[in-house]
Amino acid sequence: MGNSDKLKSDLLAMVEATTTLAAVEEVRVSALGKKGALTDAMKGLGKLAPDERKAAGQELNAVKDAVTQAIDVKKTSLSMAEMSARLMEEKIDVTLPTRPEEKGCIHPISQTIDEVVAIFGEMGFSVAEGPEIEDDCYNFTALNIHEDHPARQEHDTFYLPGQGEKGRKVLRTHTSPVQVHTMMSEKPPLRVIAPGRTYRCDYDATHSPMFHQVEGLVIDKSANMAHLKGVLTDFCRAYFGVDDLPLQFRPSYFPFTEPSAEVDIGCTREGGEFKIGHGDDWLEILGCGMVNEKVLENCGIDPSEYQGFAFGVGIERIAMLKYGIPDLRTFYESDLRWLRHYGFSALNVPSMTGGLSR
Amino acid sequence: MKFTLSWLKDHLETDASLDDIAKRLTMLGLEVESVSDRAAGLESFVVGEVTKAEKHPDADKLQVCTVNTGTATMQVVCGAPNARTGMKGVFAAVGAYVPGIDVTLKKAKIRGVESSGMLLSEREIGLSDEHDGIIDLPESAEVGASAVEALGLNDVVIEIAITPNRGDCLGVRGIARDLAASGMGHMKVMSTDPVPGAFKSPISVTTADESVCPQFVGRMVRGITNQQSPKWMRERLLAIGLRPISALVDITNYVTFDLGRPLHVFDADKVKGNINVRLATNGEKFLALDGNEYELDDEICVIADDNGPEALGGVMGGEASGCSEGTTSVFIESAIFDPIRTAATGRKLNIISDARFRFERSVDQAFAAPGIEIATRLVLEICGGEPSEITTAGAEPKWQRDIKFRPDRVKQLVGVKVGRDEMVRILSVLGFGVSGDGDEWTVSIPSWRADIVAEPCIVEEIIRVYGYDRIPAVSLPRDGALPKPALTQEQALRSSIRRTLAARGMVEAVTYSFMPSTDADLFGVVVDAVRLVNPISSDLDVMRPSILPNLLAAIGRNDARGFADGKLFEVGPQFSGDGSDDQELAASGVRSGAAAPRNWQEAARKVDAFDAKADAMAVIAAFGIDVKKAQITDAAPSWYHPGRSGAIQLGPQNVLAHFGEIHPGVLKKMNIKGPVAGFEVHLGALPKPKAKKSQQRPMLRLSALQPVERDFAFVVDGATPAADVQRAAASADKKLIVEARVFDLFEGKSVGEGKKSLAVEITLQPVQKTLTDEEIDAVGKKVVAAVAKATGGVLRS
Repeated sequence: MGNSDKLKSDLLAMVEATTTLAAVEEVRVSALGKKGALTDAMKGLGKLAPDERKAAGQELNAVKDAVTQAIDVKKTSLSMAEMSARLMEEKIDVTLPTRPEEKGCIHPISQTIDEVVAIFGEMGFSVAEGPEIEDDCYNFTALNIHEDHPARQEHDTFYLPGQGEKGRKVLRTHTSPVQVHTMMSEKPPLRVIAPGRTYRCDYDATHSPMFHQVEGLVIDKSANMAHLKGVLTDFCRAYFGVDDLPLQFRPSYFPFTEPSAEVDIGCTREGGEFKIGHGDDWLEILGCGMVNEKVLENCGIDPSEYQGFAFGVGIERIAMLKYGIPDLRTFYESDLRWLRHYGFSALNVPSMTGGLSR
Repeated sequence: MKFTLSWLKDHLETDASLDDIAKRLTMLGLEVESVSDRAAGLESFVVGEVTKAEKHPDADKLQVCTVNTGTATMQVVCGAPNARTGMKGVFAAVGAYVPGIDVTLKKAKIRGVESSGMLLSEREIGLSDEHDGIIDLPESAEVGASAVEALGLNDVVIEIAITPNRGDCLGVRGIARDLAASGMGHMKVMSTDPVPGAFKSPISVTTADESVCPQFVGRMVRGITNQQSPKWMRERLLAIGLRPISALVDITNYVTFDLGRPLHVFDADKVKGNINVRLATNGEKFLALDGNEYELDDEICVIADDNGPEALGGVMGGEASGCSEGTTSVFIESAIFDPIRTAATGRKLNIISDARFRFERSVDQAFAAPGIEIATRLVLEICGGEPSEITTAGAEPKWQRDIKFRPDRVKQLVGVKVGRDEMVRILSVLGFGVSGDGDEWTVSIPSWRADIVAEPCIVEEIIRVYGYDRIPAVSLPRDGALPKPALTQEQALRSSIRRTLAARGMVEAVTYSFMPSTDADLFGVVVDAVRLVNPISSDLDVMRPSILPNLLAAIGRNDARGFADGKLFEVGPQFSGDGSDDQELAASGVRSGAAAPRNWQEAARKVDAFDAKADAMAVIAAFGIDVKKAQITDAAPSWYHPGRSGAIQLGPQNVLAHFGEIHPGVLKKMNIKGPVAGFEVHLGALPKPKAKKSQQRPMLRLSALQPVERDFAFVVDGATPAADVQRAAASADKKLIVEARVFDLFEGKSVGEGKKSLAVEITLQPVQKTLTDEEIDAVGKKVVAAVAKATGGVLRS
């Protein structure tokens, strides 16, 4: 065995023996550094005869390659081991809770209005709005409810002290005045819905002094009661998500429509469980009718040319039915537990294409 | 309106089943509210006679009764105090189910004495709550007969809702007419032949004028006996919830419900002089049959004699001239009163009566005279006596009128074709006259249908009887294949404001538009115009000037339930007056307690003005406004903490929002713990989104060169707003500086008394080439100079 072989085996053994990266570095310096053993040996080559020098040089280069490679391998394996050890030390308890994030939500009334708008929007309706403090005329007289009309007593109106240009100030008892304003300011054809707050001086288990309605109005030259039936059937089926939901139209009376109807949807209470759909029972959900000619005249629309229909639905009522909310009064109590339980995710935006409710 | 099936069949010849009648009533617009078959479940009970009642040997309060049930003799132990020998009661045999106590009877031994069956109380058969004793049937009850029969319960009671336009259906005959028109049978003929008078009525009648009482028909019947009314009449009145009083009173009630014809009866001996129907004088007093004394005014119609008012026309009779058991001479009134005046009187005096209910919905204008003949017949039949001739004041109102009707309107308005013959049939049975043919008919309106005023009313009559269920449902054709947006851009943005706040962890509330004035007064000046005249309670007496008090009150309620740290918002109206411009839409919210629940990584932080500021800015940004262009000032209303609140403005005049910690004094008055931070964004003040010509975004120019950041710390006066330093730094070199951001605030002795240090990070974006150190330094000098000029700030050494 020549000197170079011995040097090689010695150096490789030293590399092999190291256990830390620092020790490997020491070995590298002692072998390959400026004063390293191999460097020394390389320096000694000059003293040799030229023919010997070549062979010895090749041998030493081979030793250098072998040692360099061994050091690299050792370094890689040690640094991996070191990282593993460090990572183990960094271990955390992943069962600890995350940083708190608060989840907000949308009130069922807003969500239901968004659903209603999504459905009627698909049928070509747009949304109209109006003031909640109204002059008597827009809330009553223009709608064919004169001062002495028996229907007026049923409205339980809230009054304000002021007097407007068109009569005493009242809190609107329905969103119908929005229809009046629309008819007065826009030319037919009209196709609008008016969702919003309404007020009646009544408070018990099934009445709240403030509640929400959505009313609809269609005026053109041919809209008739069959269309009214179609619109409401399409709406109820889409809203309740029951494709074959039966509807029953019954004659009724409202001063602002003629003929008038109340609408029931099919339901069942079998086994004490209430379900909307086919069944042996009916549940009243809305009122509607063909707009009374007098109302058209009051709003500056010629009834010999135009006709149409109107309808009104209670937002809370249909929300209660769809989402199984038992008590009307709880809508306005702002109980955080209730709001979180019945509320909707901010990103749950109803649409006919993406789904009304998730 | 209640009636019984047999009562209906007095007027309607029909084979239809109860179920079919009920369904059809609803489909005619006479909505059935209940059908109660009071006999159901009581069929097995029979009339039993107590042939012997003896004291129970071992119990003081029990009796041992021997009961003859017609087919057997039973021994029954009975605890009722009124059980006695010879009485007739309702007997339930062993095996029968007793609904009122939910028990099926078994043979039993009570204190050692065998008992087979039971004598029942009204409560036990489910008739009423009466349980003081067992039912005591009249002597005439036949032993062994069905108890249902003896109790008069074998008649089904139907209750229907009558819409305000259908005064004609406030009598059973009107309901029968609707059913007949819809093919459920035929109307029976009713006799209204005049009863000949035997003498001239000693009481005569005058009326003031048509607007008070267009027609008054009166008649005296003398020599009568005012006893109990007959069983059939009492049973019907009881079935519809009216208490039988005496034959005369019962007759008036019966005719009211049978024919929708209110009547009044005066004890003729108590009427002084003649009758004058007139307006009351102001302050005139009247003691009504309900026992109350009313003060009248000159808009109220009274029926008066020489003693003064004896009745309120169309509303209620008086105590002084009322009929009693001793009445031997009666004066019957059948009159027509003005609907509006009757309603006004009823409202003013707060009297609800069956007469008022009918007169204010308008009664049959041609039926005052026939009505009195029918009433006279009943009086003669039940009370005997001798009738006078009729005395009349005024005349039948002119009710006859015609309406032009185009049969094609039915198809146009309703979308279904009804045959012309069918239209004529329906109208005729309902009492309308139809003449002419072709495309325009003349339809004459019957005297009992004041509600029919125009062509669509006739269409409604036809289609209501023809059947709403026969109208097809036709989807509304849409203008174009695809829908246009239902919402304006502004409405859509409002919806995204809600969802933005919810996504920020806030919970949406919907609270009343009114609130207690005590709360409202803490939030600015509440004008009288928004104080409700008739609030539902003193807690809800003003229209809200701000949404905040409602949200704060909700925070307080939730805290009281153990749920502190509420985060609530509401987007809704608030009111500064009663005009349409005084209603403003606001997006308001509150955060209370800890900003986030405590956790193991960070200490809990209390909410502060910056939470509210962030919410407000998020709302403004969601409305499509560049919040960087807005200015922040420290001006906020009085309900905010004066040192920890501010406003977000666009220019000096346009305040978009207020934010800050709620004033601790306000919280204390509202009894809320706090701290609470709140915000109010005035949506009406936000610039309206402009309709864009194009949806194209500006060209995006990306620099290949890296941005450079440099930090500066300035010592400024303690009162200098950070925004001034930030703005000065940002505007030092508008070409290169793309952002200036305050990232540190330090106050302490080392920067000097009354001073503070603000650290600002400047981001430079090279445009054409990488910046040299000299160029960067040059910008730095500009920044320092700009800040110094704007705020007097110096670079911190």
